[in-house]
Amino acid sequence: MKQQKQETKRTLKEKATQALGISEADAKLSKSYMSVAFLALLIGGFLGLLQGLERAGLVQMPSWFTYYQVLTAHGLLLVLVLTAFFAIGYFYAGLSHTLGGVLPHVRTMAWIGFWMKIVGFVFAVIPVLMNDATVMFTFYPPMAASPLFYIGLALIVIGVWICAFGAFINVATWRKQNPGKHIPILAFFATGVFVLLFFGSIGVTIEVIMLIFWSAGVMETINVMLSRTLFWSFGHTLVNIWYLTAVSAWYVIVPKIIGGKRFSDTLTRVVVAMLVITNIPGGFHHQIVDPAMGPALKYMHVFMSLSIAFPSLMTAFAMFYVFERTGRAKGGKGLFGWLKKLPWKDVRFLAPFIAMVAFIPAGAGGIAQTTNQLNQVVHNTMWVVGHFHLTVGTSVILTFFGISYWLIPYLSKRVLTPAMNKVGVIQTIIWTVGMFFMAGSMHYVGLLGSPRRTSYTTYGDHAVALGWDPYMILLAIGGTLLIIGVLIQVYAVFHLMFFAPKGQTEFPIAESEEPQEQSPLWTDRWGVIIALMILVIAIGYVVPLTDLIVNAPPGSPPIRTW
Amino acid sequence: MKIHRYEKIWLALSFGIILAFMLIIGVQAFAFEHAPPSHKEIIDPQKVDVTAPFDNPGVFQTGDNEYEVVMTLQAFGFTPHEVEVPAGAKVTFTLTSKDVIHGFQIAQTNVNAMVVPGHIQKVTQTFRNPGEYLVLCNEYCGIGHEMMGMTITVK
Ligand code: HEM
Ligand SMILES: [Cu+2]
Ligand SMILES: [Cu+2]
Repeated sequence: MKQQKQETKRTLKEKATQALGISEADAKLSKSYMSVAFLALLIGGFLGLLQGLERAGLVQMPSWFTYYQVLTAHGLLLVLVLTAFFAIGYFYAGLSHTLGGVLPHVRTMAWIGFWMKIVGFVFAVIPVLMNDATVMFTFYPPMAASPLFYIGLALIVIGVWICAFGAFINVATWRKQNPGKHIPILAFFATGVFVLLFFGSIGVTIEVIMLIFWSAGVMETINVMLSRTLFWSFGHTLVNIWYLTAVSAWYVIVPKIIGGKRFSDTLTRVVVAMLVITNIPGGFHHQIVDPAMGPALKYMHVFMSLSIAFPSLMTAFAMFYVFERTGRAKGGKGLFGWLKKLPWKDVRFLAPFIAMVAFIPAGAGGIAQTTNQLNQVVHNTMWVVGHFHLTVGTSVILTFFGISYWLIPYLSKRVLTPAMNKVGVIQTIIWTVGMFFMAGSMHYVGLLGSPRRTSYTTYGDHAVALGWDPYMILLAIGGTLLIIGVLIQVYAVFHLMFFAPKGQTEFPIAESEEPQEQSPLWTDRWGVIIALMILVIAIGYVVPLTDLIVNAPPGSPPIRTW
Repeated sequence: MKIHRYEKIWLALSFGIILAFMLIIGVQAFAFEHAPPSHKEIIDPQKVDVTAPFDNPGVFQTGDNEYEVVMTLQAFGFTPHEVEVPAGAKVTFTLTSKDVIHGFQIAQTNVNAMVVPGHIQKVTQTFRNPGEYLVLCNEYCGIGHEMMGMTITVK
């Protein structure tokens, strides 16, 4: 009886959200997350431009704000703040929409997480500005930053954990109230992302706690290789978290925008589960040319990294399948005629579409980097920087931009006008061309040997180094286009949030291709997926971590080299 | 769950490509000894100067047409700073760091290794063509990182 009453109450509330849109409180939460994300883009983008101009030898950084300080801040703002705040804001809006609202105490948790991350970021950024933490966002010991920096990082991680647990509680509550039903697909993606965020960051949290004690002088020395390995157990997971967030929009949102249906529900869930299970050991491929780990272990890890490519290749199929089906349903004929039927002038489609296309070379570059021998050619060169401006800076970020053109109006109960849509299309094109020049020249000059994270230098006018300069000019041109893109994008976001005409905007979730299709229930058993994930992590990490602890050299004291 | 025939073909192809990658890498790594630098020897990072062989860095002939270059890396330079080896010789670099993590990259070759304090790294290269090779640090190591370079002269 009680159950039934709850059920009716629930559906009423769900119907209300469908009709009236998002509740004021949930909207405020997501809007706050979005605002922080796009402010980070604005500041981080300007720092990026400075870097591009400096590497081309066009500007010289002053001694009170060095290239490496700028680079540390650029990395932190864009890879820690922009992406995390966007993903959490987006998924909380998605939970609110698909589960009939965020539970009040979960919303409180998300706010606590929000402020925790802001405070953590302020803590981390103060020593960066004071040149007491010029250690990059990778903060490899024994380079030691001020303890405040590491405390800030720890707060950020705890803030993220609180948001993750909030999401788990919301999903679990919904399941209790909806027995026998599948978790709605977007909430399913959100669960995957938050599972990865939590489990993936355990290693780096252990590292950061050790670094706090060590930099504060409580611990005399640190195990450098252990720290580095713990760091990378998280580093690559984070990348795939952004990727999975973007992929959720490709599977769930984009089909609706083009007027089609979703790909097979079961296969979508399988892709999410596979990405979650295989993900965490992927980070090891950042250590292919490290000492202290044997060739056999590295070989096994190449395999573990490459297995992530498999669900990505499945995604490639799924996307083009949906495009072709939708195009044909609208009357597209011939081998490629269906392409013409897609809504190219709609920024909500164009941006994520270009993002997907960018992932073809980006993913291929990733496969190249993962393999032992090719990695040696490009490790720590500008190629790597080009690679992640293509993966994260293009595939992920352009998808986020595309999302912003419907999510922000949805949150602010406004509409995307045709004029603003055009602004979005222009911004998408500028971003694409800018990244083409910037990431393209970074890839190429990296193959020629130019190192990453290095301010302007010719190594005493060595002929090889001088040969890199023309590509750096291209890099600077690309960077200049990108900053124009940043300005337009940030303008669009805040315009849609505060000034666009009032109205209803839909949260676009596509229906499954075969609505009656029953996905097997195991796809919803997160316990099983998590157990498999832990098994895979154990296969990847138990042996090397034990080896690094048991056969450790004497540790290193904190060192400041800047 | 129904899987489309084209999708099955695509998945089989994907799987095949990944498997082919693995096989090629495996054969290269274990049959041709092209595994990435993975030396497993440790050292006290604070006593590098008094630990053999790093108490005496330099170029040593170790065999017929074989050389060993013992080198320390520190912010922001390499010791020794200049190295000369004959063309066609097999040269093994034995490296360690005296402070933070550094990179050891020889531009326009496949030599690329991380040099981590507390660990000894080894990497081998045969320079076929004479010339002046640029060696640089490719891991950010501090304010002078961009100055950390040297040359190897191959005669
Ligand atoms: C206005 C747009 C941007 C410009 C002009 C730009 C430019 C640059 C440049 C020149 C570097 C330094 C290369 C080096 O010396 O190693 C860099 C590094 C980096 N960028 Fe960007 N970037 C932009 C946007 C982004 C975005 C959107 C992201 C990610 C979401 C991103 C993530 C990074 C990261 C992670 C690094 C490496 C930091 C490090 O090595 O510690 N960038 N960027
Ligand atoms: Cu160095
Ligand atoms: Cu360096």
